[in-house]
Amino acid sequence: MKTKHFLCLLALVAAGLLSGCQHVSPWERGALADPTMRVDADPDGKMLAEHMWFSREAASGGRGVGGGGCGCN
Amino acid sequence: MNTSFKQNKIAGVVAALLLGLNLATAAPVKEGDAFPDLSKFGLEGTLPDTKGKIVLVDFFASWCGPCKESFPAMNDLQKKYGEKGFVIIAINLDKKKSDMDDFVKAHPANFVIVRDGENKLVKEVKIATMPSSFVLDKDGKVRAAHHGFKGEESVKKYNEEIESLLK
Repeated sequence: MKTKHFLCLLALVAAGLLSGCQHVSPWERGALADPTMRVDADPDGKMLAEHMWFSREAASGGRGVGGGGCGCN
Repeated sequence: MNTSFKQNKIAGVVAALLLGLNLATAAPVKEGDAFPDLSKFGLEGTLPDTKGKIVLVDFFASWCGPCKESFPAMNDLQKKYGEKGFVIIAINLDKKKSDMDDFVKAHPANFVIVRDGENKLVKEVKIATMPSSFVLDKDGKVRAAHHGFKGEESVKKYNEEIESLLK
């Protein structure tokens, strides 16, 4: 029984060590550095999306623009 | 086989695996280290003769913004110190050669550019940022390491380091 617990613990530790986040080396960040990966890659598209969001939901903000939908600014 | 022996054996195997993982990730090249021999990594392009010269090894890629800024500065350094025994070797790390060609076309260089397409050299050097560069003395030893390109600040340091090594 003791061995079983020990093995379970080992399996958990091994799972934690051998999986999880993958480190991306600085020289492998070409795809991440692509302009399309930016949150504000398409400012016009973002502006339209914000406008639609405001019109449909009667709420604005919370996505990088001033105000949190409180109507105070 | 008793329980304690079994546990020790398993712990031993795990420790060996972890040690193996640790050994597999050797330390990055730093100041004072001998820089790896560039001719041993199958770099694409022709390496210049660096015997008895001060060398600046620069790692760059087409997608790296500061790399674009560093090229005119390195052109100036090569022009200024080239005849005094200084040589720049820029190492491209792009996955596609065409990306490097487009970059070089847009940012012409008066120094040597070679390609580490398989990333063998960079995995050995283990740079921490893009770009990274190393100033090597006449014996191929790293005398200064630059992480990133910080405009005038970096240029000033390059000049100081190169001038002190050329004395």
